[in-house]
Amino acid sequence: MDNVRAPVIEAKNLKGGYPAHVTWSGVDFSIGRGEFVAVLGPNGSGKTTLFRMLLGLAKPLGGSLEVFGAAPRRGNPRIGYVPQQHPIDSETGIEALQLVRLGLDGNHWGTGFAAQGTEAAMAALKLVGAEELAHWPLGVLSGGELQRVFLAEALVGKPDLLLLDEPLANLDMRRESDFVKLINDVVRSRNITVLLIAHNINPLLPVLDRVIYVANGRVATGTPADVLTSKSLSELYEIPVEVLKDSRGRIAIVGMDEPTDHHHDQRHE
Amino acid sequence: MNNGAFNLNIVSDLQFMWQYDFMRHAFEAGTIVAVIAGIIGYFIVVRQSSFAAHALSHIGFAGAAGAVLFGINPIAGLLVFTCGGGIAMASLGRKAAQRDVQIGTVLAFMLGLGVLFISLYSGYATEAYSLLFGEILGISAGDVLFTLIAGIVLLVAVVIVYRPLLFTSLDEDVAEAKGVPIFWLGVIFMLLVAVATSIAVQVVGVLLIFALMVTPAAVAQRLVRRPAQGIAISVAIALAATWIGLFISFYLPYPVSFFITTITFGVYVIVRLVQA
Repeated sequence: MDNVRAPVIEAKNLKGGYPAHVTWSGVDFSIGRGEFVAVLGPNGSGKTTLFRMLLGLAKPLGGSLEVFGAAPRRGNPRIGYVPQQHPIDSETGIEALQLVRLGLDGNHWGTGFAAQGTEAAMAALKLVGAEELAHWPLGVLSGGELQRVFLAEALVGKPDLLLLDEPLANLDMRRESDFVKLINDVVRSRNITVLLIAHNINPLLPVLDRVIYVANGRVATGTPADVLTSKSLSELYEIPVEVLKDSRGRIAIVGMDEPTDHHHDQRHE
Repeated sequence: MNNGAFNLNIVSDLQFMWQYDFMRHAFEAGTIVAVIAGIIGYFIVVRQSSFAAHALSHIGFAGAAGAVLFGINPIAGLLVFTCGGGIAMASLGRKAAQRDVQIGTVLAFMLGLGVLFISLYSGYATEAYSLLFGEILGISAGDVLFTLIAGIVLLVAVVIVYRPLLFTSLDEDVAEAKGVPIFWLGVIFMLLVAVATSIAVQVVGVLLIFALMVTPAAVAQRLVRRPAQGIAISVAIALAATWIGLFISFYLPYPVSFFITTITFGVYVIVRLVQA
């Protein structure tokens, strides 16, 4: 077991993107055990690039990045991952339980017919409150149901770090906050570190420890109270940006000089 | 005593049929091909690569026709072309394997090339016919042995890659992050399809390959929820269609391929109607 206080992720002067196109650079942050972190920023700003680096699927262009005290490597069993898009076809008749099971041992050779993975998969589905979906075909599940199944698939290997790429994208407002609560309950009870890419910060505000805000080729990190201020975001974007709060503490970020703010672009990607 | 006419004693009917070498060979090769087609077909359906598989058989047609022209065993031509085509498609990536227009363009060209090769060969009509629609009653003992060896190799390969192949087929991004070599599995999968197609062509021909490779698996996918069950049902349908098709064709003067395709199609229609 590693030191409880050792950082789970540590980035120093990290540079990301492709050799021909640096997406962001000069990134420093350290994330500890059990932290709930939102990764925010406009589309194309390189949020998914950061995830791919943590998963060992992309190499840093410069600087250093460590996960659990070592360079990221593909297939690290301590990381659970939910990508932004899953190619689940509506004709897919395979039940949810089988997909969750593959999250446990799908990277092993052989048939695995005799393995005891089914129980672990069922337990993971129960953990996300989706045990009743176990025997439903993936093709008939709704977006919100699929998100819970994917979360179970990521959790079945008992990870210490969870990377969730836009898990709230296809959920309505009510399900959004239910799902955030579910993630929060699970990760707090198991002391799992979460990085969650989102477009809308508001459903996450009650549970967040920290924000990584990626924009304009740079990254700002800190507590929501530090990062999500007019001053901090104006410095990041290098244009005047105003952070507005309503009576219930919800935030709206408004670019002062550009009436067509980045929320417009997000729809199209 | 069985005089060769159909009677209700199926066992004595089969005993009578199997006195003929060509019928025995047909049953042997048909059984191996049905098992393999049922298994590989299931992965084709789960990966949504049925059009790519269909195209491979047409690419194989050009290879087989070319082999006939140069006096080589057509199966050798089939294998070389389908494996080459499979590797090419796999290296373009899985998304490429779903590009219908591009695949269709190559498919038509390959069919045209095959027609040229066949026309250059003097035995034009019969060779073309058996490649396109299958000639299971013309299978030799050597063909059966080759089919058996290819079948065993395919089975062993599927057992080894079963879980990671299923994982990449269902959830490629997560599988990649989990360390599954998705590129190489894509290549292996297309090679499996290539070899399976090459042996299945003997039974149903390039044009009817769907009936054995895709239709049984598509039915299975609708009936059960677990991959192992799906594969079992897919194999059972392919086997039943092949055996019943061969049995009927012994008594009726129509092509075996017609009966096999009709049976799998019939099962598909019935299942869709029942589930509607």
